[in-house]
Amino acid sequence: VKINDAIFGAIFLLLGVVILVHVQAFPKIPGQQVGPAIFPGLVSAGLAVCGVLLIISGIRHRAEHPWHEMADWMRSPQHLLGFGAIVAGLVVYIIFAEAVGFLLLAPLLLLLWFKVLGVRTGLAIVVAVVATLVIWYTFYKLLRVPLPWGVLTKFAF
Amino acid sequence: MDAVLLAFNMVFSVKTLIPVFFAALFGLFVGAVPGLTATMATALLVPVTFFMEPIPAIATIVTATAMAIFSGDIPGCLLRMPGTPASAAYADEAYAMTRKGQAETALGAGLVFSVIGGLFGTIVLIVSAPALAEVALKFSSFEYFWLVLLGLTCAIVISARSPLKGIVSLLIGLLIACVGLGNPAGFPRFTFGNTELMGGIGLIPLMIGMFAISEIIRFVVDTSPPLKIVDQPIHNVFKGMWALAVQYPMQVLRGSVLGTLVGALPGAGADIAAWMSYAISKKMSKEPEKFGTGHVEGIVESGAANNSAVAGAWIPALVFGIPGDSITAIVIGVLYMKNMNPGPSLFTQNPQNIYAVYMLFILANLIMIPLGWMCIKAAKKILKVPRNILMPVILLFCIVGSFAINNTPFDLTVMLVAGVVAYVMEENGFPVAPAILGVVLGGMLEENFVTSMIKADGNIFAFFERPLAAGLGVLTLAAWFLPPLIRRLRTIAGA
Repeated sequence: VKINDAIFGAIFLLLGVVILVHVQAFPKIPGQQVGPAIFPGLVSAGLAVCGVLLIISGIRHRAEHPWHEMADWMRSPQHLLGFGAIVAGLVVYIIFAEAVGFLLLAPLLLLLWFKVLGVRTGLAIVVAVVATLVIWYTFYKLLRVPLPWGVLTKFAF
Repeated sequence: MDAVLLAFNMVFSVKTLIPVFFAALFGLFVGAVPGLTATMATALLVPVTFFMEPIPAIATIVTATAMAIFSGDIPGCLLRMPGTPASAAYADEAYAMTRKGQAETALGAGLVFSVIGGLFGTIVLIVSAPALAEVALKFSSFEYFWLVLLGLTCAIVISARSPLKGIVSLLIGLLIACVGLGNPAGFPRFTFGNTELMGGIGLIPLMIGMFAISEIIRFVVDTSPPLKIVDQPIHNVFKGMWALAVQYPMQVLRGSVLGTLVGALPGAGADIAAWMSYAISKKMSKEPEKFGTGHVEGIVESGAANNSAVAGAWIPALVFGIPGDSITAIVIGVLYMKNMNPGPSLFTQNPQNIYAVYMLFILANLIMIPLGWMCIKAAKKILKVPRNILMPVILLFCIVGSFAINNTPFDLTVMLVAGVVAYVMEENGFPVAPAILGVVLGGMLEENFVTSMIKADGNIFAFFERPLAAGLGVLTLAAWFLPPLIRRLRTIAGA
């Protein structure tokens, strides 16, 4: 995704201004000139200035750089699917891991990712199960990371 | 001397040597697989080192990164695709040598001069770090303020193709560092009532997102056709290396010196060292016309440069807590987690830890010879590892690794967002390294800024009152204003 600098500039200008306004509400420290607002204030002011400069340069180079250019992969359904599967898979994990549990969700996600990337089904199933178990054993058993059990809580060991 | 013995015992214990061995294999593998970088190797190691003692934890990172920077040469040579960005500078050259039937010389030069460069960088680290620490002991908040600012400036001047985009990236990093309670006033900033945000945005999930998730996305959306491995038997890679060392001593020295320096400058690491070194090698060469046609000279010089940069980057990281590159930015996070806070006191209070770091660098570079040789032998098998199986497994590892630090799903959200944002930024020419430096140094910059402001009591000249501070301040301002000024003068003179 190639996006024209001016659009980035507008986003950063907006972000800078919003933060600059937001930090005005930070408390002052009595008897001191520097409070918690000064540092983020300076940084966001800088960001806003950079935003303006990006807008200028983006408009100046408008001829070579259109507002946005589609990357090659965005026209290929297969690559779009891959990108979607990675992001959606992570979102699903973040939302459902606690309820469903690592041992069920992880192999399913791996299987999804393998299939999207064109791994043979048999191989995909085997690797999904083995990789899940190896990672689970390393982190849950050896390093004692409390990976969620979810629906399998009754069988937790 | 006691400290040296103590360090020796810490390094040469089973507890350290076993992780070193596995980290070496891991580093060699990650480096050799295109699309997996040395920085990614470090980011993936952090969740594991989280559970280790300090010295073994550092040992794994030192070993893995040194190995990965070398083994990145292998696919460059056989596939024309660098395994890590640090090998990109001479991947075409190495591939041209392979096509001429000189793959073993290219790989051998990569290995041998990586070791020499790595050892050179280590020696500079050993000699200069304690001396700099002496100076750093005299630093007050004014000096630290300027030093951090100078470091951040370097990161932009050196690493970014567009300084403006580098600055934006840095400012975003600084803003991320502002989130949470961790500021001199202890006021919760940008938390929006979310308790997870009180503690700030976790460095580790952020790094895993920026360096691993973004890399996985890049792999998934890559539309370029698969590369063919050059099938050529590789015999003795060490043959003719002595002759090369005798033929190109100046190149090795120049590469190592430049690499160490570039590594030590904040924000620029092995990849930039290799590019600069290759360019200089061509410029200074007696036979520049041979460059690009499969000529080993540039590989000798920049191969030494990128490995010396790995050690060089540790100098400011250990002495000042200012990372020399993205890898040491992660390392600084690890040092804080292990209560080995970087700074001059690291050298005075627990010198054995520092000696151990030196020894680990020497050890890592020495075991690179046999292990690197084995890796070259196994190269064809490694390059055939199906990446469509590897990447999802790494993704699962990222999930578990990010979760492992604080055991909260919130960190996974941080990882995902950081990954997507880093991918979009890099696609549009915003470098990621300044952002990560901003995150790591934001707290330190603000703390020293606020302390100095309070001490100065409104008098800006206080920032220049102490001679050391004045020197650093002038240097920083020069780094800001000289390059645009020179450019302006040139256009005026030209017009």
